[in-house]
Amino acid sequence: MTFARRALVVAWKDLLVERRSKETLNALLFFSLLLLFIFQFALGPDRERLAGVLPGVLWLGFILSALLALGRTFLLEREHDCWEGLLLAPGDKSAIYLGKLAANLALMAVVETLVLGLFVIFFDIDLGRAFPGLALVVALGTLGLGAVGTLFAAMTAHVRAREVLFPVLLLPVQIPVLLATVKATEALLLGEPLGAVAHWMKLLAAADVIYVVIGLLTFDAVLEG
Amino acid sequence: MVRALGWLSAIFLGVGLIMAFGVAPRESTQGNVQRIMYVHPPLAWVAYVAFAVVAAASIVYLVRRRPAADRLAHASAEVGVIFTGLAIATGSIWGKPTWGTWWTWDARLTSVAILFVMYVGYLLLRDTIDDRERAARYCAVLGIVAALDMPLVHFSVYWWRTLHQPPSLMKPGGFSGSPAILWPLLVNLVAFTLLYAYLVAKRARLLGAARGALA
Amino acid sequence: MTTEPVIRLGDVRKAFGDQPVLDGVSLEVRRGEAVALLGGNGAGKTTLLKIVATVLRPTSGHVVVAGHDAVRDAEAVRRQIGFAGHGTWVYDDLTATENLRFWATLGGRAPSDAELSAALVAVDLERTASARVRTFSAGMKRRLSLARLTLFQPAVLLLDEPFGGLDQRARKWLEGQLETFKSRGGALLMVTHSFGRELGIADRIAILAGGRIALDTLRGGLDPDDVQRLYAAHAEEGA
Repeated sequence: MTFARRALVVAWKDLLVERRSKETLNALLFFSLLLLFIFQFALGPDRERLAGVLPGVLWLGFILSALLALGRTFLLEREHDCWEGLLLAPGDKSAIYLGKLAANLALMAVVETLVLGLFVIFFDIDLGRAFPGLALVVALGTLGLGAVGTLFAAMTAHVRAREVLFPVLLLPVQIPVLLATVKATEALLLGEPLGAVAHWMKLLAAADVIYVVIGLLTFDAVLEG
Repeated sequence: MVRALGWLSAIFLGVGLIMAFGVAPRESTQGNVQRIMYVHPPLAWVAYVAFAVVAAASIVYLVRRRPAADRLAHASAEVGVIFTGLAIATGSIWGKPTWGTWWTWDARLTSVAILFVMYVGYLLLRDTIDDRERAARYCAVLGIVAALDMPLVHFSVYWWRTLHQPPSLMKPGGFSGSPAILWPLLVNLVAFTLLYAYLVAKRARLLGAARGALA
Repeated sequence: MTTEPVIRLGDVRKAFGDQPVLDGVSLEVRRGEAVALLGGNGAGKTTLLKIVATVLRPTSGHVVVAGHDAVRDAEAVRRQIGFAGHGTWVYDDLTATENLRFWATLGGRAPSDAELSAALVAVDLERTASARVRTFSAGMKRRLSLARLTLFQPAVLLLDEPFGGLDQRARKWLEGQLETFKSRGGALLMVTHSFGRELGIADRIAILAGGRIALDTLRGGLDPDDVQRLYAAHAEEGA
């Protein structure tokens, strides 16, 4: 199918460029590491206190990294008028949205794996049985972030105050995702079964569907100059 | 037509406010500050209605690219943000003597606060983009995303506040449903809705005039 | 042979905010015809070309390309056109071959390695096929963007100063390509700054000044001096 091929080629291009230029990934990984330190300093060495806010801190880390990663989605296209090329390439523009989203998710997956790993080490967390559930929560939450983030990145790509406007637009919309993921993570880390947070998972799933569908339907209008 | 709307809203508003602050009985436990509860829910109601209008107009604009739809969305956002701000303010004013604090993360108040932030984001986006046509398009997309997000916000905030603690502190001023209390509320509801409609109509017209021949 | 124009612009206006750039442009390009668009700096040539290419929308007026309305039916137009603007559409960190593969695939094709290789050979870039475009000169990037065009068979070509930055050999190649394109019935609209050899490919020249087409005439029989004179006469007026 041409649609799938086109979406894949967009993802392939982004990931290939990323692997060669290493611009985003290295900085992101280091940034995440830095965040861990900053959180320690800001929140103090008190283990008890940290344990209480751990889920929130973890997702803060994910979101801050996501803001950096997602905000740069279309930076590449600003060179040599490539944006124009995306617009004029005949065919469904939503394939481009999916391709960009896929590349973003891959990028964020790498970062989140590292952050999670560091969290486990630094804060001495026992993931154990919680891991499958946690992986699901992280996956759903990241998809939500990515779906809206990719769309908004396109919207703010040509705007003067892009670095500021992008988080300002993205964060309020992501509040449901933030609440759901933090609450679900909290419960899972306390040993509760996945069923106990079913309502949060359903919310996340609903949010993901809504965001991706809107992205697919409206990306056209955003790419249009 | 618009002028009639203006007069109508002025009349209703006059009557409603008199009923709220003059005629309605003084509530026993909370005192006069409870009277704000005749004004706060209508304001919040309009805040949500205004956003629904932004969303609907945005959809129409994206599908049909009618400039009038964009003007409506823009005007509704500008008027809506004011009503939302007032809703939060009146909620706070009521909250201070009642709960002892200016702000609380009550589910409803939080939702309205998030709505306010969405409005501001919308208006900021409009402000930042110079190209009028692009601004209209992008704001339409944002309006739709934000509007469809509101149900998710509503549920997530509600669960956040109520699942591990007793139900929300805020009861709407202890409404028992007696006519003496219901009527001022309803009149004000209609009044504020009319006022919103009037302001949006005027604002949309002003926006159309400003854009001149290009509209 | 139909005489219905492939590109038809009727009273096209374009304003950026309050700044009018195009103020009633009407122009036609027929099958197998090449029109060169001339004009001073800031006359709006690139803007006009971008409107035909559906990159920009006109403020008013109608634009019909290959039978489709460029505003209401932009996607259909995009399937029929090949566009090369000022930007070369290259990704610096990809190789020449990878760049071509990307644009061909995004355009709905599934090119074979042989095809991509042939395209690079045509523009004399086969030796640098696996080099990252970051190392290319401006002329090489320009040639790569022309190679991109050869991977498709559009009915219309819209080129913005295509000969700029090309050496003698590349120029000859491009001329040959455009001649073949015309003979197969393709329509070409080309923005150009020079009055020299590049105009050789054009059947008509149109001069854009004051937001309108100030002159639209057959090129046959005009030598570069004639064109220079016409340009001086019309391009400055109304500007």
